[in-house]
Amino acid sequence: MTFDSPMLYLCTGVFGVLTLATATERVLFRRSKGEASPMLQNLKERIDSWWIMAMFLTAAFLVGRIGMVVLFAIASFLALREFMTLMRTRRGDHWALFAAFFVVLPAQYALIGVDWYGLYSIFIPVYAFLLLPIVAVLRADTQAFTRRVAELQWGLMTCVFCVSHLPALMSLDIPGFEGRNERLVAFLIIVVQGSDVLQYVWGKLFGRTKVAPTVSPSKTVEGLAGGLASATLLGAALWELTPFSPLQAGAMAFVAALMGFLGGLVMSSIKRDRGVKDWGEIIRGHGGMLDRLDSIVFGAPIFFHLTRYWFTV
Amino acid sequence: MTKVLRKIASSAVLATAHVVTGVRGVWAGCAPSSEQRIYFANHTSHGDFVLIWTALPKAHRANTRPVAGADYWTKSALRRFFVGDVFNAVLIDRNAPSESRGNVLAPLIEALNEGHSLIFFPEGTRNTGEEPLLPFKTGLCHLARAAPHVPLVPVWIDNIGRVIPKGEALPVPLLCHVTFGAPLALQDGENRDAFLARARDALLALRSRDGGDE
Repeated sequence: MTFDSPMLYLCTGVFGVLTLATATERVLFRRSKGEASPMLQNLKERIDSWWIMAMFLTAAFLVGRIGMVVLFAIASFLALREFMTLMRTRRGDHWALFAAFFVVLPAQYALIGVDWYGLYSIFIPVYAFLLLPIVAVLRADTQAFTRRVAELQWGLMTCVFCVSHLPALMSLDIPGFEGRNERLVAFLIIVVQGSDVLQYVWGKLFGRTKVAPTVSPSKTVEGLAGGLASATLLGAALWELTPFSPLQAGAMAFVAALMGFLGGLVMSSIKRDRGVKDWGEIIRGHGGMLDRLDSIVFGAPIFFHLTRYWFTV
Repeated sequence: MTKVLRKIASSAVLATAHVVTGVRGVWAGCAPSSEQRIYFANHTSHGDFVLIWTALPKAHRANTRPVAGADYWTKSALRRFFVGDVFNAVLIDRNAPSESRGNVLAPLIEALNEGHSLIFFPEGTRNTGEEPLLPFKTGLCHLARAAPHVPLVPVWIDNIGRVIPKGEALPVPLLCHVTFGAPLALQDGENRDAFLARARDALLALRSRDGGDE
């Protein structure tokens, strides 16, 4: 990765924000005099986990394309493991599950590693979606067959296919942007995760009207509007990282943040359907890997294809 | 040499357990501790004692011995290595003729007298049916009588039957929890069946329902 001024500003910015967050949290803790509320405790855990995630991402960025492919392959594995744990698999799904984890997932990331766009963009929705029901049907268990097939397919779609579009950004050929593609990954992650945090903050400050009370009771119209608007501004402010103009960067950020919100709602209703609050507990304070990835899942392929369509040769 | 091999093998088992099941100990009824205990758990898979062992505090692992059926675990050199050298299991002869039944548990009681903790499966065999938990064999009650000072901790293992269903050689990655309940002991004047029923209920009460077939 080229370490020139925008990238330097970015690293300073990200770690500066984290330092500020940690400092604020320490002050609040000191004021609470050992009687920290559960919310403050959770805030502390969330910030600590952000440090760890930021360090993992930075390490992957420094390694480059391979680092990114490996990091998101691991994230996909952890997410798919959480997803399938909550689904109602039967003994007859064993081979299909095994193939999903140990054939489809590594193959998808290998295709991204070797930059075979023609295959990685259809590998899961065409080949895996057709082959896995075939593997399942060999076990001759027809009980709830459609539901079981659909659950595995949707797990692969969200946890593997969509997530793999983050490292896939590394392979886009954008004139005048050669060797700087990791900035697109950083841009997307910062905008979408920033939008999550900003929606939370706006919601806490001004939230009155619930936007989807049955699906996600904590989300409010005020939080959504404030979060989307500020994520759009954040994206526009980061335009120098991208091949976009400030206006285009803002529009891209808006689309990514909106997809993030809607994707988060979809993943929330899956959790509600299965009667859980969090997907897992691997990231302290946040829940599971999918609880952190859910908003990026829907944004990643859309962002990828918009960029590919409008900005590549 | 064996010591190095043993160390490598046990690290490999721990790493595999974490990658495949992300196993997490949930200490619902007692705190992790290195005091002597008898952990009794539901049994659906050969992975069961590995999960309990992984969920225990590191310092407590070396001193905690799983109880395993000699008929299965002495069949090959590899099985003997894992069960004997890596896990230091106490083997019992499940096929002993009924007149020598009383002696079947003797190695367990000896291990308890030496201060070891035990991982014990009171169903006596792997449960591969639809029932969540088989009726208990009498072994747990014998142990409770022979070592009244050792707390009996119920341990519910989630999902491992989905990770490696019966007859499958390869595991699929799904999250597993190991839930430790509140210790119980045989009470004065409590008869065998009442005690076994109470212990079984205590174990069933730890069961959570996420995923799996309904």
